[in-house]
Amino acid sequence: MNDQQSPKTRELVIEAGRTEKQYWKDLWRYRELFYFLAWRDILVRYKQTAIGIAWALIRPFLTMVVFTVVFGNIAKLPSQGVPYPILVFAGMLPWQFFSNALGECSNSLIGNANLISKVYFPRLIVPTSAIIVSFVDFMISGMILLGLMAWYNFVPSIRILTLPLFILIASAASMGVGLWLAALTVKYRDFRFVVPFIIQFGLYISPVGFSSSIVPEQWRLLYSLNPMVGVIDGFRWAILGGDSNLYLPGFLLSLSLVFIFLWSGIWYFRKTEKTFADVI
Amino acid sequence: MSETVIKVENLTKVYSISHQGEGSATYSKSLRETVSDSVNSLGQKLFRSSSEKSSNSNRENFLALQNISFEIKQGDRVGIIGRNGAGKSTLLKILSRITEPTSGRISIRGRVASLLEVGTGFHPELTGRENIYLNGAILGMGKIEIQQKFNEIVEFAGVSRFIDTPVKKYSSGMYTRLAFSVAAHLEPEILIVDEVLAVGDVQFQKKCLGKMQSISQDQGRTVLFVSHSMDAIQRLCSKCLMLEKGTLVANDVTSNVMAIYFSTNSQESLPNTWIDLSNVNRSGTGEARFSKFQYSSFNDVTSSNPYPDGALEFILSIESDQRRSVGSLAVTIYNNLGVKLVNADIAALGQIVTLNEGQNVFKLKIEELHLNPGMYAIGFWLADLSSKSVLDFVEPTFNLEVVDSATEGFGGKRSSDVAVTCKFSLSAIE
Repeated sequence: MNDQQSPKTRELVIEAGRTEKQYWKDLWRYRELFYFLAWRDILVRYKQTAIGIAWALIRPFLTMVVFTVVFGNIAKLPSQGVPYPILVFAGMLPWQFFSNALGECSNSLIGNANLISKVYFPRLIVPTSAIIVSFVDFMISGMILLGLMAWYNFVPSIRILTLPLFILIASAASMGVGLWLAALTVKYRDFRFVVPFIIQFGLYISPVGFSSSIVPEQWRLLYSLNPMVGVIDGFRWAILGGDSNLYLPGFLLSLSLVFIFLWSGIWYFRKTEKTFADVI
Repeated sequence: MSETVIKVENLTKVYSISHQGEGSATYSKSLRETVSDSVNSLGQKLFRSSSEKSSNSNRENFLALQNISFEIKQGDRVGIIGRNGAGKSTLLKILSRITEPTSGRISIRGRVASLLEVGTGFHPELTGRENIYLNGAILGMGKIEIQQKFNEIVEFAGVSRFIDTPVKKYSSGMYTRLAFSVAAHLEPEILIVDEVLAVGDVQFQKKCLGKMQSISQDQGRTVLFVSHSMDAIQRLCSKCLMLEKGTLVANDVTSNVMAIYFSTNSQESLPNTWIDLSNVNRSGTGEARFSKFQYSSFNDVTSSNPYPDGALEFILSIESDQRRSVGSLAVTIYNNLGVKLVNADIAALGQIVTLNEGQNVFKLKIEELHLNPGMYAIGFWLADLSSKSVLDFVEPTFNLEVVDSATEGFGGKRSSDVAVTCKFSLSAIE
């Protein structure tokens, strides 16, 4: 009996303002909760729907069609010799991921208010699982991209192998901004109205419907202050191959911004986490 | 040899409550003032934690817990009682790490699982099966653990027939049973339960108490239980903590704490003294009211306190606004759980009394009081049967101590859990 007890009887001390190294161990201990919260959100989305999971395919597909028609056929933005739908899709894919993740993430804490005020678990799990849900959507949309490539007989170059790196950067971007917004939304509900606005605005200034090569040379660096510019450019570079070039200074700037956001996001979240249950 | 599993030292929790300004007062501030105030405080708020005092006069500091210290040993079943707003839920939230203390130190050995609300994390759209997995994961169980215990959980809850229907279709009883069942199978070293048994029928409550008992006795786990049901606490808990307005006022075996709880919620009344009834909780039309009373058992050995099977006489002073006749006048004696034990009502005698305008004094004599030594509470009742209206109902406020007539001196508390006496004898047949 005593042998079994000794590994369990580690002492936990709770004190005001104490930084818990315990926290990161707890994140590992509660790792299954990442999966379960994401699973719950996905399941609930399609409960009592007639066509269920098919919606996950229809939405991105229709968006792609609309974009192709509007930006390709009507606005006639140049496409650098690549089939226009694939150009759009390669840019839309990371953007959709980012905007969904951002939207879900910022509302995740107040949406799970009942959990936060009644149960203990590392709160970082909540926004992260929101991002996981968006990631699942992203993977499904990725399948449509594969379908498109097959349709146009478009064979990607070797650069596609770098795609996981860009996916990681996109996740980091959405996580960084998402954590800031999630923590701020708990206390100041104003941010619930700010986020949709950011997303709508961002859609037009990010190179989704067009390629960033149309931005004049002298403005390109400034343009890269939008972290998604680097990510979307990276995606296009990896998927489309061929002539599309990666504007390196801009990319590095976006990359560093992503990391700044991520680091400060985690810092702010951890700082305010203790007050969530009291304020929410 | 039990070791300490929870040690709380000087725990304090302060909440900052805001008073949202009343209408015109906030609008009369000039725009410039409002904007500069907000910019100032926004900067402050973003970079300071909210528990620090802000200079805003619209915020007040509320002390939810003040300097609480106690220790709990392994295998203890500890009840936490107190009036509403005493700080019980706040204490549990801090022990469960949901919120942080303002100052003080807590050390805990072992895994803690808290059940502060039934069905935390249950989603109405998901089926019972899916919710068990979800709820189990939220409370800290791994997927494999849940799978292993799945059948046990379903059986304890008694919902096996409906396990694959969405939980929104469950009755509230089924919902509660399922939620409790998941938490009961958690196997934490320390289980914290907050008032969740208030919902649910008697059978369910018995089942839950039984399960909590077996968890602690058979498996040596510690249970902390908050409830308003004194009955449940007495059945389950060996020790009790009592909180009042944020301070710990008692930390002792259950029977002692119960006595303190009971006596702080009622007032002392000694025999042979007039006791004023003007400031008590009462209901009724008030056209005639009890103004004061006194009692005596006329027994010098017990110093006039009532004693088992003895006589007890009440003198009641009633003030009436007009001449009337009353068909129901009663002195009621309650036990410490609020159960009515004795109801000496003239309606049972078929008697009618006439009240004059002004003061009336009556003597109500109980010939034999069949109550064992203990603490009881007294309530009074006055009603007009013909018009079916209640004139005065004084809620049990003052307490009455029935003492043992055999031993000398009163105050000897025999912890007898049987209230009623009876006359009996035993003889051998053959």
